[in-house]
Amino acid sequence: MTKFLLKKIVILIVSLFVVASLTFALMHMIPGDPFTEEKAVPEEILKAMYHHYGLDQPWHIQYLKYLKGLITFDLGPSFKYQGRTVTNIIAEGFPVSLALGAEALLLSILAGIGIGSLASLKHMKWQDHALMILAVFGIAVPSFILATFLQYLFGMKLDLLPVARWGGFSHSILPAISLAALPSAFIARLTRSNMVEIIQQDYVQTAKSKGLNGLQIVLRHCLRNALLPIVTYLGPLTTAVLTGSFAVEKIFGIPGLGQWFVMSITNRDYTVIMGTTVFYSTLLMVTVFFIDILYCLIDPRIQLGHKQRST
Amino acid sequence: MKQILSLVLVALVFCGCQKKMRPIDENKQILRLNIHTEPPTLDARKAIDTSSIAIINMCFEGLMKRGKDGAVKPAVASSVEISEENTVYVFRFRDSKWWDGKPVTAYDFETTWKTILSPKFPSGFAPELYIIKNGMQAKSGQVDLDEVGVKALDAHTLRVELDHPIPYFLDLVASHSFLAVPRHITKLSPHWADDSNSLFVGNGPYKLVEWKHHNNITLEKNEYYWEANKVTLEEIHLYIVQDEMTELNMFESDELDWAGQPLSTLPTDALQALSAEQRLHTYPMTGTYYYIFNVTQPPFDNLNFRKAFSLAIDRKAIIDNITQSKQMPATSFIPPTIWQVDPHFEDNDVKEAKQLFSIALEEMGYTKETLPVITLIYNTSSAHHKIAQAIQEQWFRTFGIRVKLANMEWKVFLNELAHKQFQVARMGGVGTFNDPMTFFDLYKYPDSSNNYSGWSNVVFTSLIEEAEMTVDPIQRELLLRQAEKIFMDEMPIAPIYYYTGSYIKKKYVKGIELSEFSDANFKFAFLEM
Repeated sequence: MTKFLLKKIVILIVSLFVVASLTFALMHMIPGDPFTEEKAVPEEILKAMYHHYGLDQPWHIQYLKYLKGLITFDLGPSFKYQGRTVTNIIAEGFPVSLALGAEALLLSILAGIGIGSLASLKHMKWQDHALMILAVFGIAVPSFILATFLQYLFGMKLDLLPVARWGGFSHSILPAISLAALPSAFIARLTRSNMVEIIQQDYVQTAKSKGLNGLQIVLRHCLRNALLPIVTYLGPLTTAVLTGSFAVEKIFGIPGLGQWFVMSITNRDYTVIMGTTVFYSTLLMVTVFFIDILYCLIDPRIQLGHKQRST
Repeated sequence: MKQILSLVLVALVFCGCQKKMRPIDENKQILRLNIHTEPPTLDARKAIDTSSIAIINMCFEGLMKRGKDGAVKPAVASSVEISEENTVYVFRFRDSKWWDGKPVTAYDFETTWKTILSPKFPSGFAPELYIIKNGMQAKSGQVDLDEVGVKALDAHTLRVELDHPIPYFLDLVASHSFLAVPRHITKLSPHWADDSNSLFVGNGPYKLVEWKHHNNITLEKNEYYWEANKVTLEEIHLYIVQDEMTELNMFESDELDWAGQPLSTLPTDALQALSAEQRLHTYPMTGTYYYIFNVTQPPFDNLNFRKAFSLAIDRKAIIDNITQSKQMPATSFIPPTIWQVDPHFEDNDVKEAKQLFSIALEEMGYTKETLPVITLIYNTSSAHHKIAQAIQEQWFRTFGIRVKLANMEWKVFLNELAHKQFQVARMGGVGTFNDPMTFFDLYKYPDSSNNYSGWSNVVFTSLIEEAEMTVDPIQRELLLRQAEKIFMDEMPIAPIYYYTGSYIKKKYVKGIELSEFSDANFKFAFLEM
């Protein structure tokens, strides 16, 4: 167990280092810099700016400084948003995306598993077909189209919810649904196909013949096994949903972290690009790490120290 | 499971339904606007973007202020004396206060301007202050800051010496580049203007009370403002929503009182409908939308070739079908808000264009078949894309050649321009002051950093230099008009249309003074229910 954890942690650190270095290289390769503006800035002012932000130093010094910053969690100031540090931007944006993401995640898990199980129980009946068509829509319709549609319907026509902005719970409903549509549909389809397979297994048949009712069979015997592939999917999903989405945040005017991934690149805001990328990667890797552990808890057949046992 | 699910969904919807209350109290004077992007800084010494400048203009006031008709009026200064040579200005201050109660003094202005001009201070618009004597030399470190031509003679008197006479100097002083920031505050922290903390102090009609980054900004009436009795609005709520369509939707569902310029833009797709419903308001702006030709490379180093491409554009068709905001076709560089335009060519002169095109081909030794592929570049935006497509089609109809279109991300685009890696590129800009120099400055010298076309002309440069030294307004205009004629005869750019601003507003919003320079004065705004 300890060996397994150690190995995972080493891989995590190495991967992070690779991500950080690649981002640094790519970032400096794209044309333009933080001070490229429509009204070109004279040479002497540009020099002062470069000096002020340490961009006049050779790249290897900048790289070392940046690595040092990463280790000490000091990601530096934003070039564009003066007076705000990257840490500060993440600290303000992440909780918003986290709250919205958690809502969307909960919604997609509940809706996905619910719809999937229902469809599998009514396998090949009209309910199954109807739900799966719905799921295809969920996968096919991009979140920004759905967002615009929800905004129009609930915000403008029915006048039930605010059109946009971030404030109370009411502001989070439409964006959460927009974010949850795709993963719900995906989870629904996964759940359905797993359940259909499991329902035909001998032990389920046994349970049935013992006279247990449908709901009990589903909850006690089928779901647990059907959930395994979903847990795998939950890793990247959790990270993606929790760190926010550019499109949905832009449409609803939400001050989350998602917009920064795109905005920082448009602004060539070097420190913010690095900070958000590394933050995202860390989150992704840590989530996957925990999903691995969760996997073992759900399915005892999978062991952490698999190699030791297999001999 | 089904029951649980439906319960959760129903609960979700119902919890939300209670709230959709109007944030506006009808008895209170609260104006709700959208500013489109988060202001990067509210430090008046550093801000260069529209959002920041809009808020800074609400929170600060300079020596002079632009009035409704564009005329410049005294603000913090109560009077100004101008020397005979038009190079020395002495401003006398009225008694006015920062909103922390401390007096606004000439020392504040001296310190602010000198800070902007100090070599180490990172300010993107410092060149605007180079008209002050020794301004440029100080910025590049050649002279000491003490030699810069601005000096507070006492707390109420500021003496400014210019490098050469500038007839539009007072107009410049009314712009955001010449504001002052409180000296007693900036000493305390370099980050005084990055948050809605107690350090952020201004002297304008409104004061900042809340700034939730990327979400909203709230301003309220500044009781310390010297003309507070003329300010009616109690609060201004500024929302930060990037999406233009969302802004329009918020306006339609009564969450905003105004949508569109000057603080944001209306989605191009909605313009036609809004115009048909007669809700769209437009106003002229000091700006021109144009295409730049790169004259440093063939084939656009050929004058007739450039002219042919410019004359073949059907500007009116573009305005009628794409931009749809009552713009005017541009047949000169300087827009009609600055002076009366004399057209330098005819719009959509296909016959002449065809003739010039064949002459140009002959001169360069090309035929239509051997002519290298021409690429038109523009920054990614649906409006630019539609215009480029229309012009591509117009050129094809006139010359029978297919021009390639390439859109690119903004900074990549600027990088291509700066390195002259293009043939034709879209550009456009709104001036900052009411004088042709706001545009001619860009092309004054071949190495001017904004002269992307690489064009130069000795006579043009000397005319501009002469005009800069000329005090007599009639003589000066004559020189500048000659310069424009040379510029348009040489056609380093193809002007397309003069900008207008477009917006929609609620009927009860009154008194906002829109300016031709993409800013607005909210001082006299009020709501009349």
